[in-house]
Amino acid sequence: MAKISPKKTPMREQPPKERIKNYDEVPFGYSPEEAVLEAQRCLQCKKPQCIEGCPVEIDIPGFIDFIAQKKFKEGISLIKEKNILPAICGRVCPQEEQCEIVCIVGKKNEPVAIGRLERFLADWERSQGEFEIPPKPKSTGKKVAIVGAGPAGITAAADLARLGHKIDMFEALHQPGGVLVYGIPEFRLPKNIVFKEINYLKDLGINLYTNYVIGRIKSIDELLVKYNAVFLGTGAGLPWFLEVPGENLNGVYSANEYLTRANLMKAYLFPKYKTPIIKGKRVATVGGGNVAMDCARTALRLGAEKSILIYRRSRTEMPARNEEIHHAEEEGVIFQLLSNPAAFHGDNNYWVKEVECIRMKLGEPDDSGRRRPVPIPDANFRMPIDIAIIAIGNSPNPLIPSTTPDIEVGKWGNIITDPKTGKISKTGVFAGGDVATGAATVILAMGAGKVAARGIHEYLLNET
Amino acid sequence: MIKILEKKQIVPNIHSCTVDAKDVARKALPGQFLIVIPDEYSERIPITISDWDAKKGTVTFIFLEIGASTQRLAELKPGDEIYSFTGPLGKAFEIDKFGTVALVGGCYGIGGIYPVARALKKKGNKVICYSEARSKFLLYWKNKLEEISDEVRYATTDGSLGTKGHSHDELEENLRSGKKFDRVIAIGCTFMMYRISEVTRPYDIKTIVSMNPVMIDGTGMCGACRLEVGGQTKFACVDGPHFDGHKVNWDIILARRRAYFEEEIISKERL
Repeated sequence: MAKISPKKTPMREQPPKERIKNYDEVPFGYSPEEAVLEAQRCLQCKKPQCIEGCPVEIDIPGFIDFIAQKKFKEGISLIKEKNILPAICGRVCPQEEQCEIVCIVGKKNEPVAIGRLERFLADWERSQGEFEIPPKPKSTGKKVAIVGAGPAGITAAADLARLGHKIDMFEALHQPGGVLVYGIPEFRLPKNIVFKEINYLKDLGINLYTNYVIGRIKSIDELLVKYNAVFLGTGAGLPWFLEVPGENLNGVYSANEYLTRANLMKAYLFPKYKTPIIKGKRVATVGGGNVAMDCARTALRLGAEKSILIYRRSRTEMPARNEEIHHAEEEGVIFQLLSNPAAFHGDNNYWVKEVECIRMKLGEPDDSGRRRPVPIPDANFRMPIDIAIIAIGNSPNPLIPSTTPDIEVGKWGNIITDPKTGKISKTGVFAGGDVATGAATVILAMGAGKVAARGIHEYLLNET
Repeated sequence: MIKILEKKQIVPNIHSCTVDAKDVARKALPGQFLIVIPDEYSERIPITISDWDAKKGTVTFIFLEIGASTQRLAELKPGDEIYSFTGPLGKAFEIDKFGTVALVGGCYGIGGIYPVARALKKKGNKVICYSEARSKFLLYWKNKLEEISDEVRYATTDGSLGTKGHSHDELEENLRSGKKFDRVIAIGCTFMMYRISEVTRPYDIKTIVSMNPVMIDGTGMCGACRLEVGGQTKFACVDGPHFDGHKVNWDIILARRRAYFEEEIISKERL
């Protein structure tokens, strides 16, 4: 056997200087030749660790072996047994902390580029035209309502439909996809790919009702009259703010609002699309996660001369994926580390003009294991800004718990679920994703959707 | 898709639209709102529900044609389908027996106070409506309001009907001359609701305003509609849209309403 190449086969991408002028996707993806080359780096372990690392249990060595044999069609079918959103997951999953971190090749070299290979197969399939529709399962006669067409709901819906249950899916916004559509920017996850993968749900016989805000137009109890079970995947709720003076000034956005304007409402194409967005020359994003990176990079594409990321700890503690941090740096995002806003100062018309920051130093590790930021006294400084984006997370969506008193919630308003089944305090109702865990990742929500689908299936089989 | 059954310009730039929306009609309560997107390119427009018929399954809303998206909405005709129509959203008005209630409506808010007045009347309140516009020809739903109210008092800036001036002038005058109200409700432009709140403040009459900040999703996700009430940040779409007018920080909300004026103009020029 030939010696394994120590590094992943590189993926070509748009040069930073060019890509900040457009909204197109940054990496181009592998060619078939590159994919085969990368697939050959896989050792085909007898006890593959990577499968255990995957929240949706994809047969990773299996599909990689098909790529090595150039059997792309078989490869994608194998993935789709477990994951109906491979083009999305191949792009946005944190593989480096899931499947790739446990890859044996990665012990001495770079691990196999599992994410890139998954993406390759999904893109290859899409380039071939229509997706293959799996054979229709025998109907169980049971009906399930899925509330929220984001990653958790989509996964639960697909798994349950493939088990023969009748699925109706309700989405509050005018387009399905949840965070995939309103949150993650086009340059990281093109929306035509999202819609194509979501369309596959219709092929599975799932009915989708958009513009349907469950909790208002129908209560959970009303759904339970018509459906045997209900899954709640309502996702993110109200954004968190810093709770410092000046946060309600004009020009201060939450990340959710900024990204929803830019992505779902296509404000980057204003005025063709009518939803506006303030295009500041100096933009400050507060936070250190993937969402903060998305905001800082979106600001560049909207014409910011300076996109500054304000984070209270150091680079090592940033929760964002390395790849995202790297892309942001390459594109010229300025990292203002160990700093935290103390106030926003505005002009007489209530427009933000300056951010005042406290300087921080790192103290002892906190509960998260990361070193706690400690303010340095008398070291405040100010920076002129045109807009600020607060990207420090959000609470779970409050709408369903607040209109369904018998649903038990935790301290942060998160719906309390049994992690093994997705069951919640109300009989026949299950939940998963951000509404249960608070802001997390797409794949963790999909994993929760899968767990709940299993829980629901079991519940339906035992139901009298 | 939601189909338009009736649509007319009832007075210049104000339109009434009735749609076939059974599920919304069954659930609508006084004071709730909709999010309407007339076509793929338009904004998500929050609009107060003005009337509904649960039996027929219809919902009626009144809107002011002002920006690019409401202009697009105004162009739709009976038989057309609305690209996106979501509701009912927000909390309903508190409907109880308060005693005598004054409801002030201006602009789209004349339609906005109608279902609230109707529900309050049914609950046994004495209902006095104040309806205002620049001139007599801009006042609509006069008969509808009169039918369900004990009294409707008009105010026009040019004096062509009722008091010459604004509803807040009239309300102030009524309060000064000893008229008693147990509650005041205002729906309409932000400045009008601010003025009404200032008029009732010295009399310590509970005044509820129906806030209309810029909104995007309208379901408690984006935080665009935040305002300061009693020193705390609140979200109009899920905590409201109804708040105590004496506790709202009006300076901030009036400024936030102005945030996109420049873009509104650009947007309209490139229709």
